Amino acid sequence: MLAGLQTKSIVRRTLGKLALTLFAAATAFAAPGQAQAEDITMWSWRQEDKAAYAKLIAAFRKHHPDINVKFEAFEAANYNTVLSTALAGGTGPDVVQVRAYGTLGVGKPDYLVPLDKTMVPEFANFPDSAIAAETMRADGKLYAVPFASQTMLIIYNKELFEKAGVTPPNTWDELVAVSKTLKEKGINPFGNGTATAWQNETIVGALLSSLIGRQFEQDVLAGKADFTDARFVGALARLNEIKEYFAPNFSGVDYAASQQFFAAGRAAMFAGGSFEIANFLRQNPKLKLGLFASPVAKAGDERLVALFYDGGYAINAASKKRDAALKFLRFLGTPEFGTAFSNELQNISPIKGVVFENPLLKEVATLNQSAMSYIMLVNFRYQEPTGSVLLQAGVQKMLAGKATPAEVGAEVTKGIATYYAPFKK
Amino acid sequence: MQTDYRNREKRRRAAWIAFLILPPLAIMLTFVVWPLLSALSAAFYRWDGMAQGDFIGLKNFADVLFGEHFAALTWRAFRHNLFVFFALFVVQNSVGFLLAWFIYREPFGFRFHRIAIFMPVILSTVLVGFLWKLFLDPNFGLVNQLLDMAGLGGLRQPWLGQETTALPALVLANAWHWIGFPALVYLAGMQRIPREILEAAKLDGCTGWQILTRVVWPLVTPSTTITLTLLFIGAFNWFELPYIMAGLDGSPYGSTDVLGLYFYRTAFGNQTAGIQDFGHGNALAVLMFLFIAVFATIITQYLRRREVAL
Repeated sequence: MLAGLQTKSIVRRTLGKLALTLFAAATAFAAPGQAQAEDITMWSWRQEDKAAYAKLIAAFRKHHPDINVKFEAFEAANYNTVLSTALAGGTGPDVVQVRAYGTLGVGKPDYLVPLDKTMVPEFANFPDSAIAAETMRADGKLYAVPFASQTMLIIYNKELFEKAGVTPPNTWDELVAVSKTLKEKGINPFGNGTATAWQNETIVGALLSSLIGRQFEQDVLAGKADFTDARFVGALARLNEIKEYFAPNFSGVDYAASQQFFAAGRAAMFAGGSFEIANFLRQNPKLKLGLFASPVAKAGDERLVALFYDGGYAINAASKKRDAALKFLRFLGTPEFGTAFSNELQNISPIKGVVFENPLLKEVATLNQSAMSYIMLVNFRYQEPTGSVLLQAGVQKMLAGKATPAEVGAEVTKGIATYYAPFKK
Repeated sequence: MQTDYRNREKRRRAAWIAFLILPPLAIMLTFVVWPLLSALSAAFYRWDGMAQGDFIGLKNFADVLFGEHFAALTWRAFRHNLFVFFALFVVQNSVGFLLAWFIYREPFGFRFHRIAIFMPVILSTVLVGFLWKLFLDPNFGLVNQLLDMAGLGGLRQPWLGQETTALPALVLANAWHWIGFPALVYLAGMQRIPREILEAAKLDGCTGWQILTRVVWPLVTPSTTITLTLLFIGAFNWFELPYIMAGLDGSPYGSTDVLGLYFYRTAFGNQTAGIQDFGHGNALAVLMFLFIAVFATIITQYLRRREVAL
């Protein structure tokens, strides 16, 4: 009985809505000149950001009450497939959140609207490396407004450092000394494990960037050096020396377990990305966290973090609402948006002039001022075998004691040489 | 009058048959045959990520079988699949057969054992994967703790972290999950054997082992046809468990990489390391399909003939 009543009321409500929609449509046809709120859709792979985007979009609507943005998110792992299929079929959203570097996750350039500084003057707000990240390799054109950067660094537990009477190290030798003291006091120095392949790449980026150096990256890109270079192999050798300070049985400790080690206060340091901060604090809000960049070989060397960009916002070439989409994109490039974005999502916006509320984000932004790129992701992720695949497996093997640093360097070089001309010899 | 009625009856029968066959046929064509054919055709093109390029004939197939970089991974994965097939044959099917024999003889509490053995089969692979990942955790996992308790602490291992133990650990987890299935099929086979045959064998003075190997085993060949064929297909299509427990790369450093993982990350890309490459991925999928279809047919034909020979 009750169910019957409910059904009836639902039917009535639905009919009411239908009538309203028809009425709205009729008036829209009747008065085409009149300003109507225009709906544009935006697709993303970040389902967890839905609530934050509702606020960010509300801020945009203050400037453009005539444009309404609908945020739709898909499962991250399937996003590229869903998006590419939609774009190939000539459908899809108006504004597309795309991945960074090379293909942007859409395959072909013609699916997106090429952009430049005349269309989006806000590009001036971004550093060159961010712009480069949203440039398609196939045609060298810029397609998206960048959104977040991620930084590879070392996160440490301030309370455990105090308890052991140590301070954040500056040089590699100091790092070894700090690790030794922590271990003697019964604290795991690093929470890191190596069972999850991609963690091995983050460990290299976080711990070794200062040892590898910016010059090495430039030499590789100029074709003057490869990964058998003493700077790269030497850095791997240093990493190999400190593996005893990783989580116990680290070769069998996967990503989730290593996160728990650190978040539970059982390890003093974690070599990883700035994206971990929010995650650690969610698991254990009482953690007092500090950050430092990879230690240098000798005092006075440049300290570096490894940096990459997460992705950007682009316009679907098939969109019939390009103007509205462009207005939205320009807003996404303003410091106003960058500040709101960073504070809502605890992510680093690369936009110049962004003000961070979170002191840890402020620290990351400071460290970002001397950065090299997260080398394989930024430069060698365009063809198989990607530099990332090679480095991850190589380092995992080395830390398991099954390969020497020199062998890893040779293996990485050999793999990349199958498509990278300067390495072919 | 009579023929009229018969004709109508015939037509009705034809309509019924059409009604029963056409919809499933349509579904098969749309959801099985068409995707297979489109995968086949996609394998003949160059792909730039998800974007289709020029027709390149058999190049993708040649690459994944013999090309630089690809071939080494393909054959490594294939060897791992072979290992998985033979290892599962021993620990899953053979032990399943012995378990079936154990239960068939109705020992004390056999009803409980029958349920206990079959229980894991109904769990989802995702659940089993996570469960065993927890069990095998080197620091807090049940397996290492049990070793400690048994005074065998020296045997503690980071099971999923070293190349010597990772793939065998996955095989054991899979066997734990599925062993109830061959056991059940064999049990059904054994229950079909007329009791008189077994009694006659006993009267002739056969030992328990002789009865098992000379009488029971040959008489349950139809069950073997089923379990072995399904095991073959399962072992070469293996994907979920290694994906959950070892990750898309077949961690550590490729020692658990099987064709399923390799195909998946080649075609759809590994977010944390790789790129999308539909051409080579589809070529791998087609080769896997052909290999499984051909060999599964051969195995079935061979085993069927054995059944008849009895």
